[in-house]
Amino acid sequence: MADTKAAEMKVKVVTEPSLMTGAVPTHDWWDVEAIFKPGNYCYPAKKSIAEYHGKNLPGLFGEPRDWDIESDDWALPENWKEIIINGIKERLDKFRSLKIFMDCCVRCGACADKCHFFLGTGDPKNMPVLRAELFRSVYRNDFTTAGKILGQIAGARPMTFKVLKEWFMYFYQCTECRRCSVFCPYGIDTAEVTMMGRELLHLVGVNTNWILEPAANSNRTGNHLGLQPHTFKENAEFLLDDIEEATGVKLNNLTFNRKGAEVLFIIPSADVFADPGIFTFMGYIMLFEHIGLDYTISTYSSEGGNFGLFTNNQLMKKLNGKMYAEAKRLGVKWILGGECGHMWRVVHQYMNTMNGPADFLEIPKSPITGTVFENAAATRMVHISEFTADLIHQGKLKIDKNRNDNRIVTFHDSCNTSRGMGLLEEPRYIINSVCNNFYEMPENTIREKTFCCGSGTGLNTGEIMDLRMRAGLPRANAVKYVAERHGVNMLANVCAIDRATLLALNQYWNPEVQVCGISELVGNALIMEGEKERETDLRGEPLPGMEG
Amino acid sequence: MRVLKAFIAVVALVLVALVVAQVPGGQSLLGIVLPYLAFAIFLGGFIYKVVYWAKSPVPFRIPTTCGQENSLPFIKQNKLDCPTTKGQVVGRMLLEVLLFRSLFRNTRASIHDGPTLAYGSNKWLWLFALLFHYSFLVIILRHMRLFTDPIAGFVPMLEFADGFLEVGATTIYQSSFILLAAVTFLFLRRVVRPYLRYISLPADYFPLLLIFGIGLSGILMRHVFRVDIVSVKELTMGLVTFSPSIEGQIGAIFFVHIFLVCVLLAYFPFSKLMHLGGVFMSPTRNMANNSRMVRHENPWNDPNIKPHSYASYEDEFRQFMVDADLPVEKQPEPATAEPEAEEAAPTEEPKA
Repeated sequence: MADTKAAEMKVKVVTEPSLMTGAVPTHDWWDVEAIFKPGNYCYPAKKSIAEYHGKNLPGLFGEPRDWDIESDDWALPENWKEIIINGIKERLDKFRSLKIFMDCCVRCGACADKCHFFLGTGDPKNMPVLRAELFRSVYRNDFTTAGKILGQIAGARPMTFKVLKEWFMYFYQCTECRRCSVFCPYGIDTAEVTMMGRELLHLVGVNTNWILEPAANSNRTGNHLGLQPHTFKENAEFLLDDIEEATGVKLNNLTFNRKGAEVLFIIPSADVFADPGIFTFMGYIMLFEHIGLDYTISTYSSEGGNFGLFTNNQLMKKLNGKMYAEAKRLGVKWILGGECGHMWRVVHQYMNTMNGPADFLEIPKSPITGTVFENAAATRMVHISEFTADLIHQGKLKIDKNRNDNRIVTFHDSCNTSRGMGLLEEPRYIINSVCNNFYEMPENTIREKTFCCGSGTGLNTGEIMDLRMRAGLPRANAVKYVAERHGVNMLANVCAIDRATLLALNQYWNPEVQVCGISELVGNALIMEGEKERETDLRGEPLPGMEG
Repeated sequence: MRVLKAFIAVVALVLVALVVAQVPGGQSLLGIVLPYLAFAIFLGGFIYKVVYWAKSPVPFRIPTTCGQENSLPFIKQNKLDCPTTKGQVVGRMLLEVLLFRSLFRNTRASIHDGPTLAYGSNKWLWLFALLFHYSFLVIILRHMRLFTDPIAGFVPMLEFADGFLEVGATTIYQSSFILLAAVTFLFLRRVVRPYLRYISLPADYFPLLLIFGIGLSGILMRHVFRVDIVSVKELTMGLVTFSPSIEGQIGAIFFVHIFLVCVLLAYFPFSKLMHLGGVFMSPTRNMANNSRMVRHENPWNDPNIKPHSYASYEDEFRQFMVDADLPVEKQPEPATAEPEAEEAAPTEEPKA
């Protein structure tokens, strides 16, 4: 893979001729071919992985095979065009959103410079409007009167291999972040278009391994990482030692698959696996110890995230189904969810519809404060930030804010929790309650206008590192702004993918800024019962005043 | 090239109208037959399209939330940008439809050395889009003078408000000129801004040029080539009372005007102009963000899609689970149980 050094990239993004830097494309967009070369595409799924999904959900993942993206023979089924066109028809009948978004765009261009992929690459087809036109042109050709009669004048074109290649390239240069949808006068959501596009690509077996393999793992072992039950448990328990080292307190509240617990707690699995998610995990369980919450973690449903969301609605449903199935089996009262972005898109906007009703659960009620979470009355799953903000507001936590004084914090709103849920103030309330130094990034880059980390929807794979660093540039640039002005050295967030991808992004663009989950900051500030004099934070770094 | 195609199309339409208006029976065709036909196509096509959209369900509740959700009592919900009730959704939709709320957010991004990305305020599109739509609306309402007898009460009031400038005996209506100015702006930005030129199709230039032609022919008819307004009114009243006839000499410019209007009406349902109907039906805007409060039903939800069962999970990992002191439903037996239908995923090393 061809990774460009940051210094070189810094110059390239400003000087390279692109629509962002002022160069005007010389060819009409439909005459520009998608050319795959190492570094600009994700590797296709291994045959065995495609087979696995095909067996579980027949017909949805095409013909398993080995194929080469750079070749002009993708070993597609003979009737692949028919499969795609029939697939479009089926989806038009199933999703009103698709019909509306195909018919209503006026190409006003308001979305054009809102996409992080466009801002970082200047590639015209990364303007949301053109990304959707890749799909719309085919829709017009086969499903509209004007397109059938007028053809290209009406912006119609038939489905060809060339179009398929464009679809694969640009539906995997979209992270379904929905930022364009905020600015669109009709709310046209490119995420919907990309989702449909990816569903269709899967029908003819065009896929990426970095999405399908974690999804297969999640189905079988319970989590994307493929951690088997005993390994998952060991990983989590290992972190108890780290907590003890930092605080002197040995927690014994960590249980797995325990029936009769009040709350089932589901996290993105990366939180027990990789730095810096593990510090977030420590924060979660320290909080639960602090308040004496009766909770358990499941190894069977050990993944909050859902890579099915990045494939098709059926696999999303199948993977998500474990949450309710396990809550029912364990007989818990309600579910609490950790810090994860796309997990919350699925939980908030899809779960109850797909796998509900959750009538075997109770309406979530905090056993510590008595607060009833009416906003989760049907789905019966509460976000850890909602839960924690309530605890803080009711004065149930003993907090020493000064312990986070070495952190000058800014907050990155995850796309999914901000634009697919509206979780904006809860994390900020928590940060302000446990930290003394908090600075917002510029207004156009936060809350509902937040920029994607650049690697969501299963794009956080090493083989497209350059693309990821470009797509993440708008986010990194806003971080840089507060780093330079206020000395920000910690980028907090509520998303496991962010914790992985922003780390890489900052190492590239802003090496001085670290990344953390909100609950890590909570864990640092919590005054635990029986704790020793705290000298280090959860990372083992000296607390302010303890550097000597 | 794309703009040229649209331009040629509109010029051709004007010429067609001018020629047909001279042909015997041509005026009846342009003034009577085509208006009925165009209106029927417009109405039928519009309804057909809305019904076509409505036939597809909205399987998931997918509002784009643009503000704080309704969660804890001490955190203030943004009721208009993140509505949870029907009333709040109506509020959000009113802002969207009447004031173009989303377009108001528009910014313009630029990249500079550093690299540094900057986002400047950019409200021109919002402003001219508003001017365009409202002046168009005012003009349509003013035209009700031609279709009501006695004239509907709001028309003179509207005309008074719209026409404070008087030139000679003819009132100048600002809305006509604002419409032309706004259309010109919307057209020029498509031609001048490189990325807009790049995304624009003939179908984007055509309606703008067509509407420009309608506006211009209207102004010419009013201020330059005066037409016989009495005959026009007789014709238009005849159209609404289904007894149309063309008396006297109306003037060719009128037939250009009415022909272009007919083309616009007939073109409407097959084009992007249907955003007029679509804006009301967009699921990211017209749904409440209450999916965790109230269950949303998906009519095609497939109950046969079930998660990989706990039983098969435990069957695969039972021994490991027992060894790791994890509770199990069934104790391991000496003979291994039959694995379930679903196959195990190929074992792969986990990756970070």
